Amino acid sequence: MITIRDVSKWYGSFAVLSHCSADVAKGEVVVVCGPSGSGKSTLIKCVNGLEPFQKGTIDVDGVSVGDPKTDLPKLRARLGMVFQHFELFPHLTVTDNLVLAQTKVLGRGKDESIDKGMRLLERVGLREHARKYPGELSGGQQQRVAIARALAMDPIAMLFDEPTSALDPEMIKEVLDVMVALAKEGMTMMVVTHEMGFARQVARRVVFMDKGEIVEDAPTADFFGKPRSERAQHFLSKILHN
Amino acid sequence: MFSNFDFDVIIRSLPYLFYDGMTFTVTLTILATGGGILLGTVLALMRLSGFTPLALFAAAYVNLMRSVPFVLMIFWFYFLVPYIGQWITGAARPIQVGAFVSSLITFTLFEAAYFSEIMRAGIQSIPRGQVAAAQALGMTYPQTMGYIVLPQAFRNMIPILLTQTIILFQDTSLVYVLSITDFLGAASKVAQRDGRLVEMYLFAALVYFAISLAASQGVRLLQQRVAIIR
Repeated sequence: MITIRDVSKWYGSFAVLSHCSADVAKGEVVVVCGPSGSGKSTLIKCVNGLEPFQKGTIDVDGVSVGDPKTDLPKLRARLGMVFQHFELFPHLTVTDNLVLAQTKVLGRGKDESIDKGMRLLERVGLREHARKYPGELSGGQQQRVAIARALAMDPIAMLFDEPTSALDPEMIKEVLDVMVALAKEGMTMMVVTHEMGFARQVARRVVFMDKGEIVEDAPTADFFGKPRSERAQHFLSKILHN
Repeated sequence: MFSNFDFDVIIRSLPYLFYDGMTFTVTLTILATGGGILLGTVLALMRLSGFTPLALFAAAYVNLMRSVPFVLMIFWFYFLVPYIGQWITGAARPIQVGAFVSSLITFTLFEAAYFSEIMRAGIQSIPRGQVAAAQALGMTYPQTMGYIVLPQAFRNMIPILLTQTIILFQDTSLVYVLSITDFLGAASKVAQRDGRLVEMYLFAALVYFAISLAASQGVRLLQQRVAIIR
């Protein structure tokens, strides 16, 4: 589904990504982790072309992201993305947040879009907040709406960029629960996160990044059981003992 | 000290002052604000487009407009627009557009420079993540701007846009250089006809003051109501 081959990216002479290769197969959940500044957010943003990259190729469902001839808006409409800071549209109600792209991008009818939006809102447990504005919701609720907004587009895969990093601890679980349910339904997911419990529970593989490189790409059990690289061992000992 | 003043002249000339004068002033203010915001938004988008020729053109335009005295612009346009029209259409003689259209064009072009700076600040105040979120949903550039960035930028900037409109309302009195009957022009004509300069100019100042003050109070109230909850 997502194929990343030898991707490199520089800011000036500083390499943010160097020779990254990874795959996410259909129905697979892959967690990307690593210390801050390791390039994991940049990598996931390259997948839907929000960040350009200078070398290598990324294919999503057979479409080359880096190809200048690719219709990026069309490709992005097929990929859901959830951001660290939710990025709901504050001037629109929850309902309009869910409906806008369905009608304007997919050309869906208004009634159908509202119907779809409400079903997804129900699913993330926020049906009664449909008429509110994002600013009236808690962080955890906003992030659940953001997930519903992405799902409303019927994505072929979902990208999560540190979805729980900006949340207060007591709100993390409600967001992770939604993500776990999604994973169990067979959604293809690429998730940048520090939530190792989530990774253990649903990830097929874990990709560990450091200093712009993919240091380790291993099945989840192997990664947590006996990480091969010293950097991954170091990272895990720090993050798991906190 | 008011004993030899004739305030009755004001009462007598009210219909003329307001039907002829104020109507012109308000019409010009509203149309020039609308046109100025529209053109200003286009200029702001050009300037932020990242496409150098467009950005340079918009920057040059704004800087030129802001460094020429407004009265000069009004004067200049009144005498120049007919010739530009002739040149564009290839007509045999200069195309007379009339004082109203001429001043409307001038005010729109001039105010657009100020409105574009306001809209530029407004657009830049929208977090980059909002653009990323819109793009991630598959929106194109026009959709991102039209549905996400501009509505928020506009709402954030409404108080400043309206304050600029109040300044424009006062500035419309500059059309007196074209001998147009705006509110001040009407007051001025009565003043000179009846020899009641002090009364008429006092009254005109009072009216401008009252309307501007009421409008700025209105802006303040509005400011609290349109604010986006974050």
